Amino acid sequence: MQAQPLFSPRNPWFITSVIVTAAIALIAAGFGFIWLPLMERNTSFADVWTAICSAAGLTQSSPAPGVIVQPPARLSGVFLTASTLAPSDAVTIGRGATLALRCSMCHGARGLSQANSPNLAGQYAPAIYKQLQDFKSGARVNAVMSPLVADLTTQETRELADYYAYLPRPPSPQNGRVPEIVESGAPVRGIAPCGACHGPEGHKLGTPWLEGEPVAYLRAQLLAFKDGTRHNDINQIMRNVARQMTPAEIDAAAQFYGVRP
Amino acid sequence: MLASRRLILAHFWLAFGGFILALFLGAWQMFIRSPLHGWIGNPELYYRSVTAHGTMMAYVFPTLVAMGFGYAITEVSLGRPLTGRNWAWLGFALVALGTVVAIIPVGMGRASILYTFYPPMIANAAYYFGVVFVVVGSWIWVALTSINLRVWRHRNPGQPIPFAMFANTVGAYLWAWTSVGAAVEVLVQILPVALGLTTTINVALARVLFSWTLHAIVYFWLIPTYIAYYTIVPRAIGGRIYSEPMARISFVLFLVVAMPIGIHHLFMDPEVGQGFKFLHSVFTALVALPTLLTVFTISASVEIAGRLRGGRGLFGWLTALPWRNPLMLALAFSFVMLGFGGAGGLVNMSYQLDSSIHNTQWVTGHFHLIFAGAIVIMYFAIAYDMWPHLTGRALASIGLMRTQLWTWFIGMIVLTVPWHYVGILGMPRRMAFFDYSTPTTTAWAGWVDTSVAGGLIVLISGVLFIVVLIRGQLAPRVDPGQYRFSVAMHAPRTLPAALNSFALWVGLMLALTVTNYGFPIAHLIGLPDAAVPAIYIGGG
Repeated sequence: MQAQPLFSPRNPWFITSVIVTAAIALIAAGFGFIWLPLMERNTSFADVWTAICSAAGLTQSSPAPGVIVQPPARLSGVFLTASTLAPSDAVTIGRGATLALRCSMCHGARGLSQANSPNLAGQYAPAIYKQLQDFKSGARVNAVMSPLVADLTTQETRELADYYAYLPRPPSPQNGRVPEIVESGAPVRGIAPCGACHGPEGHKLGTPWLEGEPVAYLRAQLLAFKDGTRHNDINQIMRNVARQMTPAEIDAAAQFYGVRP
Repeated sequence: MLASRRLILAHFWLAFGGFILALFLGAWQMFIRSPLHGWIGNPELYYRSVTAHGTMMAYVFPTLVAMGFGYAITEVSLGRPLTGRNWAWLGFALVALGTVVAIIPVGMGRASILYTFYPPMIANAAYYFGVVFVVVGSWIWVALTSINLRVWRHRNPGQPIPFAMFANTVGAYLWAWTSVGAAVEVLVQILPVALGLTTTINVALARVLFSWTLHAIVYFWLIPTYIAYYTIVPRAIGGRIYSEPMARISFVLFLVVAMPIGIHHLFMDPEVGQGFKFLHSVFTALVALPTLLTVFTISASVEIAGRLRGGRGLFGWLTALPWRNPLMLALAFSFVMLGFGGAGGLVNMSYQLDSSIHNTQWVTGHFHLIFAGAIVIMYFAIAYDMWPHLTGRALASIGLMRTQLWTWFIGMIVLTVPWHYVGILGMPRRMAFFDYSTPTTTAWAGWVDTSVAGGLIVLISGVLFIVVLIRGQLAPRVDPGQYRFSVAMHAPRTLPAALNSFALWVGLMLALTVTNYGFPIAHLIGLPDAAVPAIYIGGG
């Protein structure tokens, strides 16, 4: 045996296996690259070649948009990177302290509120900067804040952020066991753990530190995100989270982070 | 002729030692994500465990079984001691070293990326080096298989290659080509990122390259099982191989169609065109062919045994079979699980049906039923059959073996049927934590609990398996006689060249690789701006 050459047109094994394999591949390719794309109802191809290219995975440029749909409410236009804010120094902090005189009525003389307004002492500068910019642009609306920040320049919002970030942060409240929503989120409903962005486990650029904020303020903000009256979160991150949260979870998160005045 | 007993035994002990450790991890994972246990609080621990479980079970365990069993086949079927035994020990040492090097970063939490790598997640480089060592060790086995066959052919010109060796060589060549995809992904794409030479990676390309390996690796795991179907079971139950040429056709078909089908793992991936997805879907359907041929041939071979034992009539041969023989039990259980698993696989490979179960627990159930069920139960059978010949000691715990096989089978069914079902209900896979309290998820809870019970039974069965092997190791010495494989009813004295060599089938495999993978890979290599920033896990 072995006398008969393997790769020979007279070897029936060779001929049959090659022809059968090639036939299966060609017929499958005919179905997959021509017939099925042309059968698709929601796409129409200019010609067969375009259909083949599409089935092969070549990307096609999408048609130019006709009308750009505007969102119903003004959204945040703030773009933050690690280097958006220059490092603070004594001059910017001092100027921020002067500017902050107009804020002390609600946010306290040293950034600690007695009026269920947010405590700003020790807050991350990018978080304060972003909120001030959003109040200025109208992405976030508040009857008191909006007129107060309307005339602030971008430089002044940076100085205010630097000043409050410089003030010592109040000690973290000791609120017992970490609730599940803060520690683990609710993966099945797509809720990331609160703590992953807002502390104590982690921090993401532009998100505020929440420990020690007033309970009433935290609850009100979560409810505002939930019903969409607050909408300056980028890509709906907080609105998507808050919409999925149960009232009990909102309460648990607010109680955990918050302090009563 | 079994000259390299220590070599083969070393492969088996390392394989089964790793297997039992990984089995405990698997059972723990089932338990802590079920409603029976609260949230562990740190998902990282879970993914660490999954990575270790997958790395051991998918890379180390079956590779060592294929290598050890392969060396045994080479010696027994060719009737001469292994050529290059020192190289074989080097291969074994590489696999052992690779296992340790890979598992240490996993244990430290620096490689929690699951065994499928999932770029842009990037683990500590040591993990990838460990996996590379394991694969390189297995390549030594591939080379030795080929060299030993060549030496034998030189001395026996014109003779048909013994069937067991033919099948074993198919497994080796299939693995050699199959492992290339992931090897290229790791060496060319991932390691430069893990070593900090670059910080971005073309994920689409990496996934396509991994799919090259990901499906055919299952057939690499499967080949020792199929070899055992043909060469061990008929002999052990007193039957004959019904048709040896048919058996050879099954194996060469695996060589041709097992590999160019991997894109069916990427049905939901946007980077691959749907034309190629359809093409791979068609070829995946073809891979059922060698399995159906095998089921037919083995059923016929078993029927021969039943009739030789006095079975009469249409079904009388079934009751005449030696059902108390562990090998008979293992084969029957393996076939049942292969049947269920294969039926489920038809859903996975169908382009449209797949979308309803993609990334759900169905998929996890499927590959556990096929691999941990149908395939691994035959690994047990191989070990039981070879153990007396490897240790020179009797393996007397026949009752315990039967209990072990029964519990493995029952455990696997209780484990995987609910797994499939909750997958249909939409339960996602690869999650460390489930909240079973919402209306959509409450319905999963009871099924998941059942599945945990299955996992526990499987764990007990795994421990029993190790107990049987240890007792065999401590038993009094006996002369087990010569180890031999099944013979065919009509042993072929001559064979067509196509069924006595590999070039034609390897050629078809390479050709189909070009047609089914060539364009997607070339396209993704040439795609501009396709690289994304790496995400370093555990500090990289």
